Amino acid sequence: MNHWLTAPILIPLIGAIVQTFMGYAPISLRRTLAVATTLLLLASTLVLLAMADDGSYRVYAFGNWQPPFGIVLVLDRLAALMLVITSILALFCHLFSLGGSDEGNRQFHTLFLFQLMGLNIAFLTGDLFNLFVAFEVLLIASYGLLMHGGGTVRTVPGLHYVVLNLIGSAVFLISVGMIYSVTGTLNMADLAVKVREVSGENLQIVKAGGMMLLVVFALKAALLPLCFWLPKAYATATAPVAALFAVMTKVGVYAIIRVYLLIFGDAAGPVANLGMDWVFPLALITLAMGVIGALGADNFRSLFAWQVIISVGTLLAPIALGSSASLSAALFYMISTTWTVAGLFLVADLVASQRGTALDRIVTAPKMRHRTFLSVLYLLGVLAAAGLPPLSGFLGKVLILNSVEPGPQMAWLWSVLLVGSFLSLIVYSRAGSIVFWRTVDGHLEKPESLKRVTSLAATGLIAMSIVIVALASPINRYTEATADQLLNPESYIQILDTTMVGEDT
Amino acid sequence: MELMYALVIGTLTATGVYLLLRGRTFPVVLGLTMLSYGVNLFLFSTGRLVAGQQPIIGSSDTYTDPLPQALVLTAIVIGFAMTAFVVVMSLRSLADHGDDHVDGSQGDDSQAENKHRKEGSGQ
Repeated sequence: MNHWLTAPILIPLIGAIVQTFMGYAPISLRRTLAVATTLLLLASTLVLLAMADDGSYRVYAFGNWQPPFGIVLVLDRLAALMLVITSILALFCHLFSLGGSDEGNRQFHTLFLFQLMGLNIAFLTGDLFNLFVAFEVLLIASYGLLMHGGGTVRTVPGLHYVVLNLIGSAVFLISVGMIYSVTGTLNMADLAVKVREVSGENLQIVKAGGMMLLVVFALKAALLPLCFWLPKAYATATAPVAALFAVMTKVGVYAIIRVYLLIFGDAAGPVANLGMDWVFPLALITLAMGVIGALGADNFRSLFAWQVIISVGTLLAPIALGSSASLSAALFYMISTTWTVAGLFLVADLVASQRGTALDRIVTAPKMRHRTFLSVLYLLGVLAAAGLPPLSGFLGKVLILNSVEPGPQMAWLWSVLLVGSFLSLIVYSRAGSIVFWRTVDGHLEKPESLKRVTSLAATGLIAMSIVIVALASPINRYTEATADQLLNPESYIQILDTTMVGEDT
Repeated sequence: MELMYALVIGTLTATGVYLLLRGRTFPVVLGLTMLSYGVNLFLFSTGRLVAGQQPIIGSSDTYTDPLPQALVLTAIVIGFAMTAFVVVMSLRSLADHGDDHVDGSQGDDSQAENKHRKEGSGQ
């Protein structure tokens, strides 16, 4: 039992409850408290990361119920890594929202903190049904955030997003029910044990349940053919919300890694590596589809929304291969791509604020007031996103390319990834040269100056790609250790033997 | 009882899926409700259908599984909240566009775009 594990859930929960009752308090007080909550969350996740790095599993059992009978929170390296990715991203998005995008809705900070709570439950939980609940918590907050800021342009993508995710929830419940009906447990560690013993006609039920679960996670991760909701929803959301949503697809990726390596891993007997032969080709097609979408994008935000889809494809292809090296490379790339794409969404909003009615569309417009600053941010961001040296996206992609063993899979991955990177480089240079260089004469009536806090937040997120390069060696050591831990489900299963408080050892 | 139960779940789910594929928001909301009814009944049946038994092991020869009942309760609460939210969203969409089509409007000028959106949302 380790009570630290509840901190990333309790901190945003308490912060959000306080915000709920402060809807009419002065906005400066609300902002101070909200950012203080996010800072506290970041501190607690860093503590958890330091704790998880010794490679052991830490368990918190709700109500002191011995797993598999009660709900447990489990902290391992992967969970700690996801928590830190999320909290660093959340801090910068939250700072950005102080620039004015948190106005217009008194409950913006409440929803933001509830969203973080849902994400953190999803990363920490060791129970399949609790994972469903976590998804619902983060989804209902995300529905509110997606609609934040109003405008009729958001209602239709918002409605599509809500309806699709409700269908996803229904499918999730059906698959959880199918798996429970055969195994009689929902604890992930216990499931990993029970799934091996399933045989006969029950095997087909578990297989069907597992594949339906994959459909749900693929919908969250925006894997083709379930990715078409994403570009419209992300491109119309407010900038800090779109940036925070960069981690939402990663929740789906996280769930795929967790469930399919632990429950349906190599040791799962007849259902070993269930569905992974589907994920690999679909991931590559998703990557190609993302590049095609980016080629057709006519504004920055939908361009970066397609970049989210490209990175999902790039992430899931090595994960489906499932070797230790490819898993480690995918995790390294995940850190880099989450922060970079989120930073680009923030830059897109800064650019839009400087161009009058042209907004962030890729058309010629009067020269921006802070053109040099914004173009440097854009350059760094897209270099990291497209994967050019010396930034973090390059390292991630090299690690992924290196991790594949020679064979037909290597040929497919190398060609799709390299051609995709090349094409996205063309897209970014075309978009950047039109927006930043090809300006028309004349000037805006009232050119807006950039606010300090928004510029700082965008710079911070983009600069993270330089930080990753500087710390590449320790980060790579951590992701390699994470991959080894993930590929050894036997040690995860031992959480079932955790001694409870007050129990004789 | 099993056959009856399975038929009810099947009918609810099929009706729900059919209504979900309709073009107006009201049938879609109804479809989501039907689907969640079907799912809740299905979840309930995952503990096996047992009539007239206690959910306590050892109190009698057979017992009924209490866990699916807890899962169904959670699912009902979440489903209820989500349905309320999607109703509000549809009303908002109706107010914004003056049309209850799921793509906002069906006007001639935006038909091409509508078609594109429909393909996207239909996945």
